[in-house]
Amino acid sequence: MGWTGKILRVDLGAGSCASEPLNMEWAQAYMGQRGLATKYLIEETDPKVDPLSPENKMIFATGPLTGTIAPTSGRWSVVCKGPLTGAIACSNSGGFFGAELKNAGWDMIIFEGRSAGPVYLDISNDEAELKDASDLWGKSVWETETTLIQRRGDNDARVASIGLAGENGVLYAAVVNDMDRAAGRSGVGAVMGSKNLKAVVVRGTVGVTVKDPMAMMKTSNSAKEILAENAVTGEGLPTHGTQVLMNVINEIGALPTRNGHEVQFEGAHNISAEAMAEPRDSDGQANLVSNHACFGCPISCARRSKIDPSHFTVKDKPGYQIVGGGLEYEAAWALGAATGVDDLDALTYANFVCNEQGLDPISLGSTLGAAMDLYAAGSISSSDTDGIELEFGNTEAFVAMVEATARGEGFGKEIGQGSKRMCDKYGHPEFSMTVKSQEFPAYDPRGIQGMGLTYATSNRGACHLRSYTVSSEILGIPEKTDPLVTEGKAGLVKAFQDATAAVDSSGTCVFTTFALSGEDIAPMVAAACEGDWSVERFVEVGERIWNMERQYNIAAGFTGADDTLPERLLKDAAKSGSAEGAVNRLDEMLPEYYELRGWDVTGVPTAETLGRLGL
Amino acid sequence: MFKALRMENDACTGCHQCEMMCSYGKVGAFNPAKSVMNISVFKGGAANIPSTCTQCEEAWCMVVCPVEAITVNSVTGAKEVSDEACVGCKVCTIACPFGAINYDADSGIVTKCDLCGGEPMCVEACPTPALAYVAEGSTGYEKMRSYAAAMIDLDDSPVQ
Repeated sequence: MGWTGKILRVDLGAGSCASEPLNMEWAQAYMGQRGLATKYLIEETDPKVDPLSPENKMIFATGPLTGTIAPTSGRWSVVCKGPLTGAIACSNSGGFFGAELKNAGWDMIIFEGRSAGPVYLDISNDEAELKDASDLWGKSVWETETTLIQRRGDNDARVASIGLAGENGVLYAAVVNDMDRAAGRSGVGAVMGSKNLKAVVVRGTVGVTVKDPMAMMKTSNSAKEILAENAVTGEGLPTHGTQVLMNVINEIGALPTRNGHEVQFEGAHNISAEAMAEPRDSDGQANLVSNHACFGCPISCARRSKIDPSHFTVKDKPGYQIVGGGLEYEAAWALGAATGVDDLDALTYANFVCNEQGLDPISLGSTLGAAMDLYAAGSISSSDTDGIELEFGNTEAFVAMVEATARGEGFGKEIGQGSKRMCDKYGHPEFSMTVKSQEFPAYDPRGIQGMGLTYATSNRGACHLRSYTVSSEILGIPEKTDPLVTEGKAGLVKAFQDATAAVDSSGTCVFTTFALSGEDIAPMVAAACEGDWSVERFVEVGERIWNMERQYNIAAGFTGADDTLPERLLKDAAKSGSAEGAVNRLDEMLPEYYELRGWDVTGVPTAETLGRLGL
Repeated sequence: MFKALRMENDACTGCHQCEMMCSYGKVGAFNPAKSVMNISVFKGGAANIPSTCTQCEEAWCMVVCPVEAITVNSVTGAKEVSDEACVGCKVCTIACPFGAINYDADSGIVTKCDLCGGEPMCVEACPTPALAYVAEGSTGYEKMRSYAAAMIDLDDSPVQ
């Protein structure tokens, strides 16, 4: 109950699919999704494996609450070793695919090996079969999804697939489901491509059952009430989406701009939620068409947008004159502020291309910003970039390079390697705004100190979704802390990391935590699942997962020396805003963090800590 | 007077909570495939249209049923299918102009909205104003009022 108790194991080399029982002992210890899939990966693969080799495995995982009435029950994850980072990769997505997989009766799919030729996996409840995808290889996510749904003749089938980026080994390629929801980060799409797996199409009509339906209804209804009454989840996110942050973060001076040279972007308003809702001069229409919900979500933060049909990016291209997904805040920041481009429709177009060909817009935008930095420094010139004048803020050059990256052409191939490898190659490793080779997102750690520790210690490389201390430091949830102060941030980051690992592993969305706490979420898990799911145990499972991921990375070759930030954040002071004159003071937070974690001074979990957590 | 489901397309976000709750009431599992309330999604998710049985006054499904398996609930006005009487002939699915009554292969009988005996679970589940259970003569009232307000450039605010 909660769990279906079944795993689908797909041997791509042999072309076979087999059902096996879920390890219920592990399910009790690691809950589901992120935690449970990582446990399987660790047990079944060598952490030193080449991420793009057949020996790496890739797991599609749901959680015990996925597909249930619990609010935001549409979440699922892709877990594997990540090719961008070489660390554990766990990329979480929404939409409808995860719930459909669960409705078909599967907790997880484990993909192993590599297929000799392109294939897709076709699932109808118990029946699963690998089918030839030769005709789909070379097609976009959008074409693949449309083709597979038409082929099945069932509008209710759901698809997760890769586009050209995943096929071409772009190191931050995404797995995209439902046209524009993505397991976006760390290059999980490249792993899928390396396995010659183009897509998974699933239709599920088995249904999801829970242990105690009445308790499930009661706990879910009270969670929904809290979400509806909360200012962020009941008002801000439904009305403005994540983009509500653009002007807020810019005003305080924590919006990394032009590859982190500045912390405020003069064009921020032009790419904000407010600008998306403003009717434009050309046709009187706004960029924003509507909001949209993922499966089971009462928040409905997703944006649906339409580009001005006369805009140069889509003129004469009817395929892009559609209502599509985005812009979300992280994408608008990376594609916009990080590159100095403030043309809203150009950013929307770039985001459409990311959806269409399966790219992570955060890594893409940040890498483009780094390339513009190299260009400004004279380390690359237009002879390297196929004649494209890659200046900060050059919209046409930006669009051309996005297209080249998606198609794997020319200098786009370098962009597709991510900013760490590109900056190393051109002699400026310090230009790369990355941690563990993953580009950091839309919060400058000089203006929000806790996010520095968050990025430095994130197990999947720089990421905001591992401990979103912005919630406390800027929004005051659950309580306000001063973003410029380091004191107390070690404890804050640890608490957010553990709670987030637990929420991710339940199969619900971390956005609920603006309003809900473990006190609200653990009872839903308890209603759905057998076992003891007290709040204390819920958080303990989160801490266990965090330490397990850390152990994986240590075994993969990472050390405490990798828990750092780009020099620019540690040495170059913010030039404006509330943090003017400040750098990130990671050294004031990291030792305390290790201590609170029960790790030694080199960042390795002590035997006592591992014993306490049963690792 | 009976009550009816009011469905506001503009307010629906496509979250499918209604389908989960409906299916739970029908089959005891969260299984949108078994829901008799359906959300159809168009325009890349920008248009989400709830639809289910509107409980026709002259219900063709009921008229054509050869075994009188469909009867009117005198309290709610819902046209209800008797699990015992239905023989699964599917003639009602042909007669219904809206596709609101459907055959379920797992149970061997047809299934349709029965208004949950007067407390529709879909309405309880809906996090937006998209679904409401209102007096059957007033399903268009608020829509008409909002259009009237638009004509003189007012907000569509509650009754003043």
